[in-house]
Amino acid sequence: MAGRGHPVLWRLAQTIPVIAGVVVISFILTRALPGDPAVQFAGLAATPESIAQVREALGLDKPLIQQFLIYCGALLQGDLGRSVVTGQPVVTDLAMRLPASLELTLTALLLACLVAIPLGLLAAVHQGSWIDQLCRVVVTAGVSLPTFFTGILLIYVFYYLLGWAPSPLGRLDFIYFDPPRVTGFHLIDTLIDGDTETFFGALRQIALPAITLALFTLAPIARMTRAAMLGALSSDYIRTARAAGLSPSKVLFGYAFRNALLPVVTTLGMVFSFVLGANVLVEKVFAWPGIGSYAVEALVQSDYAAVQGFVLAMALLFVLLNLLIDLSYALIDPRIGFSAK
Amino acid sequence: MLSVKDLVVGFRTRRGAVEAVRGISFDLSPGETLGIVGESGSGKSVTSYALMRILDAGGSISAGEISWNGQDLRRAREGAMRAIRGREISMIFQNPRAALNPIRKIGKQIEDVLLQHGRAGRRDAKAKAIEALEAVKIRDAAARYHAYPFELSGGMCQRVVIAIALACNPKLLIADEPTTGLDITTQKAVMDLVRELISARGMSAIIITHDLGLAAQYSDRLAVMKDGEIVESGASATLFAAARHPYTRKLIDATPRPGVAIRELLPAEARSPEPPHSPGRRKLIEVVGLEKTFAGKSGPVQAVKGISFDIREGQSVGLVGESGCGKSTTSAMLVRLLDPSAGAIVFDGSDIAGIPADRFARDPRRGRIQMVFQDATDSLNPRHNAFDAIAEPLRRLGGMSGKRLGVRVDELAHLTGLPGHLLTRYPHQLSGGQKARVGIARAIALDPDFLILDEPTAALDVSIQAVVLNLLADLRARLNMTYLFVSHDLNVVRLLCDHVLVMRDGLIVEAGPSARVMQDPEHPYTRALLAAAPKPPVLDRLPGETVKAAE
Repeated sequence: MAGRGHPVLWRLAQTIPVIAGVVVISFILTRALPGDPAVQFAGLAATPESIAQVREALGLDKPLIQQFLIYCGALLQGDLGRSVVTGQPVVTDLAMRLPASLELTLTALLLACLVAIPLGLLAAVHQGSWIDQLCRVVVTAGVSLPTFFTGILLIYVFYYLLGWAPSPLGRLDFIYFDPPRVTGFHLIDTLIDGDTETFFGALRQIALPAITLALFTLAPIARMTRAAMLGALSSDYIRTARAAGLSPSKVLFGYAFRNALLPVVTTLGMVFSFVLGANVLVEKVFAWPGIGSYAVEALVQSDYAAVQGFVLAMALLFVLLNLLIDLSYALIDPRIGFSAK
Repeated sequence: MLSVKDLVVGFRTRRGAVEAVRGISFDLSPGETLGIVGESGSGKSVTSYALMRILDAGGSISAGEISWNGQDLRRAREGAMRAIRGREISMIFQNPRAALNPIRKIGKQIEDVLLQHGRAGRRDAKAKAIEALEAVKIRDAAARYHAYPFELSGGMCQRVVIAIALACNPKLLIADEPTTGLDITTQKAVMDLVRELISARGMSAIIITHDLGLAAQYSDRLAVMKDGEIVESGASATLFAAARHPYTRKLIDATPRPGVAIRELLPAEARSPEPPHSPGRRKLIEVVGLEKTFAGKSGPVQAVKGISFDIREGQSVGLVGESGCGKSTTSAMLVRLLDPSAGAIVFDGSDIAGIPADRFARDPRRGRIQMVFQDATDSLNPRHNAFDAIAEPLRRLGGMSGKRLGVRVDELAHLTGLPGHLLTRYPHQLSGGQKARVGIARAIALDPDFLILDEPTAALDVSIQAVVLNLLADLRARLNMTYLFVSHDLNVVRLLCDHVLVMRDGLIVEAGPSARVMQDPEHPYTRALLAAAPKPPVLDRLPGETVKAAE
């Protein structure tokens, strides 16, 4: 496939209007929300004068259009503004917290895939057997148990009763030092640093929240894998492959599974998006310093800059994710070319 | 070489065990070709899957013996069967595009088989795969090695399937409806190739098909299957000339072939005199310079390149051509579901080409132009029962309701020969022929003047096709309808139509009275189409034929 670079650039260019739309909408929506940041920021003992002063300092007294232009100007220079709550630039806050959320989400997804895909695969191959029933039970349990409930249950059992898990307080126990920051992912940074002890500390810390999230995400992945495999296994080309005497493993993995991957990847993309949203509850339960709890905090405090920054970061993340999914489609399925929209 | 004795294949279903094959026996000697003929549900495909032991889940051989060169295939271990599949017995399938892995290069799919059976190593696999492609006469095989199935035509895909099947030089090839869904000229090319390859390699073959003519032309011996049993078997030539079993007779009669009239497709006892049918003088449809251009991925594609023809009142015109010739596009434009790019469609004196397709639904002429769709199953809403399907146009366009509606639907069901008690059934509870009747009843519900029939019998068994074609002939005379019959099969079109248009690459290459076009085709393409139709042996000695000749 020659010249793949060009269509990818074109695909990226198509995301520009999306980003612009997100900028406008997030700006308007935050302003449309009830609550006045000047009042929040000025504190409880504020007088009307001090509130007006704060409003002026924050630039909130200017007309909306002007505020928007100032915001856009800053945005172009990579400045997302300053959070009123933390007092830090929003960019710094996001850079601190986004990796934490991503690390948790990706670990959970990886864990979910490792369990769900083989489970769905086996359930499809042995349709109606005990493993199929197990798959059904896991799927039903996964979707019906809310994450905060499984989270608390896991904490109760593994931390409180058994004492296997460390206290659910953030990414690292206080006895460890944060690893030197390279990727922002503790699990990777500690390995780069060669600090296996901290690595295991981080691993122990992330285990419970990741399992909680994984239990939740497992269901759609396992279900889709099973359905896609059933579809692939009953198709004509599988019959051809069997009639040609190909070995069962070749038929299963080389022929059926690769064809079933497409809907599974689609599901993965969708799951990833809603897990980033579902994170908030898990982050709250496990005191995980992630982006979800940051956003909720900011929203409650009418922290315009932080909310806008969060929405924008999420939008960029989704655009990137969709791009990745589209690219992996093209890798899996030769029928999908970029020129073919 | 192959010996099948009292084979019984059962399936476990929700409604209990069903026997798809009920004790069949046949032998096959080296170099021999056996044709197994039967209509859908006769168990012919299941027989072949049982031989290969690739039955779907729930299916199993419940009794009988299969012996392959002394080896017991019924009891052979799965590992031993895998060594036989593809290496000693291999198989090709219908719908070749679906039979290939859509996301694997065709060359790689051939390599998979070669490697599996140790016929090639990592190093020479590619060369051998290209060789296999060359053997099935794929031009530029080295480049095609990298192609994916979706980049190839249906005929090419079937060649690739054949290449996979023959890559390891098996001794027996089972062809399960190998040309269903392929164009008639492609069918001939593929079947000729199969015959050539099996005779060159001294292989045996089993050709499974619903097409008696095809089976008779390409096999030495025929076995006719019905309801899981072989009702009659014998050498192809003698079976055709002197069929003993009534079912075989019925099948032979129902096969459209040159020289027979539409009533002769039916069993002798059902042949009522054909209703008179005489086209009027007045032009009902006048198509002038009709064009359609689609915006394709790589530039515009001109599907219909300016065609003109007339259809007179009461006339039946056939539109014949192979896939991609633009016949479906033309019919979609005529029925006003698709907007033409240029040209005029004059219906009953006024041009309707200018009315956008989405507005035509509210045009008073909507009810006068109706269509019977190709796939009787897919064109019925699965959540509507037969009554609702037929009543829909009456409600929407006819404004009927209540008792009047019920009376009209009953009348239509009676007219199309659909038993009244089936009206409450849903499409999945109806047979193919019954669904075709529902589709026709729906199309004629509003007493249309002009009916477009888009391959209305393509998905039906020949005996059902014979009945449906005759029904259409009766309805035409009774309701004084004008037909445009779209089909790929000249032999079917001829039965019903006075006039034929042969279409190719968006142009009409030949037009004329059916009899003249059939007997004395002018255009080379028409001649090729006629020549490609399977010719059963000794057809002229058929009793029906001799009677006709005597007249």
